[in-house]
Amino acid sequence: MTLTEKWRGGLLYAGVFAVVAYCLAPFYWMLVSSLRRTSDIFDTSLLPSSVSFENYRAVFDPAQGFGRALLNSLIVAGITTVLALLLATFTAYAMARLEFRFKRLILTLIIATSMFPVVSIVVPLLKLFTDISWINTYQAMIVPSMSFALPLAVWNLTTFFRQMPDELEHAAMVDGCTRGQAFRKVIIPLAAPGIFTTAIITFIAAWNEFLIALSMTNKPAMQTAPVAISKFTGATTYETPFGSQMAAGVLVTIPLVVMVLLFQRRIVAGLTAGAAK
Amino acid sequence: MADTKTPAGRAVHPAVGSSSGPLNRRRTRKQVRATAGSGRMAALLVSPTLLVLTIVVLYPTLMALNESLYGAKGLDPKTGFISDTEPFVGLRNYADILGQAGERFWNAFWNTTFFTVVTVALETLIGVAMALIMHKAFRGRGLVRAGILVPWAVPTAISGLLWRWIFNSDGIANALIGHQVLWTTEGFHAKVAVIVAEVWKTAPFIGLLVLAGLQVIPKEVYEAARIDGASAPRQFWHITLPLVKPALLVAMLFRCMDALRMFDLPYILIGAQKHSVETLSMLAQHEASNVRFGPASAYSVLLFLYVFLIALTFVRLLGADLIGDVGADTRKRKGRRLRIPAPRRKEVTA
Repeated sequence: MTLTEKWRGGLLYAGVFAVVAYCLAPFYWMLVSSLRRTSDIFDTSLLPSSVSFENYRAVFDPAQGFGRALLNSLIVAGITTVLALLLATFTAYAMARLEFRFKRLILTLIIATSMFPVVSIVVPLLKLFTDISWINTYQAMIVPSMSFALPLAVWNLTTFFRQMPDELEHAAMVDGCTRGQAFRKVIIPLAAPGIFTTAIITFIAAWNEFLIALSMTNKPAMQTAPVAISKFTGATTYETPFGSQMAAGVLVTIPLVVMVLLFQRRIVAGLTAGAAK
Repeated sequence: MADTKTPAGRAVHPAVGSSSGPLNRRRTRKQVRATAGSGRMAALLVSPTLLVLTIVVLYPTLMALNESLYGAKGLDPKTGFISDTEPFVGLRNYADILGQAGERFWNAFWNTTFFTVVTVALETLIGVAMALIMHKAFRGRGLVRAGILVPWAVPTAISGLLWRWIFNSDGIANALIGHQVLWTTEGFHAKVAVIVAEVWKTAPFIGLLVLAGLQVIPKEVYEAARIDGASAPRQFWHITLPLVKPALLVAMLFRCMDALRMFDLPYILIGAQKHSVETLSMLAQHEASNVRFGPASAYSVLLFLYVFLIALTFVRLLGADLIGDVGADTRKRKGRRLRIPAPRRKEVTA
């Protein structure tokens, strides 16, 4: 190894370190701050002087209603994901495997809706839901969430189905399966990893949703976790409870980070699907 | 992108990639059998999705269009009572937005545009740099990939709170720069805070997409360039950049569309109704939450048109690289795709 090569290698690892630091430093700061005591929350040391779970206890103070908010988030994001996947699996299969007129147009339209400004549907739906008294209900959050969850799921699944060799179904059909049976007995089991990845990506998108949940609820008991945390109140009105906000932020983010770490390979494949091929 | 060359209407069977002669003939025969009667089946499989999207996207859009022509409930001039119905005002909401309330609309419009242009430009630069580093790094690639997904996974609302804490007057940002800046108060620094937070969260996303683009460039191309004596910067400009362009453009389009509807971050980081960071989404949401549905709808219609125009411009200017990829066969192919010649592109986007 020559000296320049060594230099180049060193530079590369400095670069890698910079990328990782860039991505993790703010998150690390949230974690560290959440572990500080209220009295030294404004410390700027890189490690908490004494680890304290005071903030986490404050988050689960019944007055904050955070447990309920987590449950609401889970219900809204969970049902949205299940519904979107149910519909998207069939549509994506048709998009990947069948020939029909206007296929390109329909797929482009479906993808285009995912770029739609959410506020453009929130405004009219807010009026509609006010009229039929759906405000503060789960369906008022689930229905608008479908507008971004469904296109996302269709796009991801279409890519996954396309990656599966055509011969699978042909073999099944030669053996006497109908197309429906081939889909049910061959494609679905084999596409399970793809469906699972799509579920994770869709769930994360629905879990992170803020605008719809903010607009469609005004009762604290119906707020989802991101909305609830943004409305945390401190001891006095003018004091922002940064400590408990950071702790709650960590609690909301950790499940996602764990999922991301476990399934990073698949998620990257899902996110980059279609963009680079 | 080999098969985007066929006219859009008659796409080849999506599961078949390359197009050599004998394979082609075999495919045609297979296709006839495999797709017999698939039209009806496709309709059956696709219609639920289309139905749901019609209900949750198309119908609300038309409702907003209609609603934007109505004013707020008020005193009926004839009876003097408060009327239950909203009066029809025609285009007055739009006239008001562009005239009377114009200052607020144009401010939000420029904020939205400014955020979009600046954040997407910065994200692209940082994202491409990240992708190049990740592509070169062999050891620790898994670690980097895991790390890079963290900002993406953090909910935007939470990242708003996190940066609000970082940019707090006694926070770490001020400690690091050694100045007392009140980041979250009105002013240009509030814009800076929003941009920093947004770029942090989304640059890794561009990095991921570009990395995927880099990974399909064959090594031989670089070898040939090296033999021809091309320097590293020249290789980057003349090989890497043109070849990742499709992936990069898709990423940028997505980011643009996302930045144009920005809401969570300025709303939480700085607050509602803050002049220096109010975006069009925030404006529309604020009007709607104050039961002024007419003006709110007009704002959201204008935002929709703006987003639509930008998307259309993207597709027109940059060609089939964008939509062609979406509609076409996205299977991984062994061969390197060929760029579509210009006249073909029009055909595909049309």
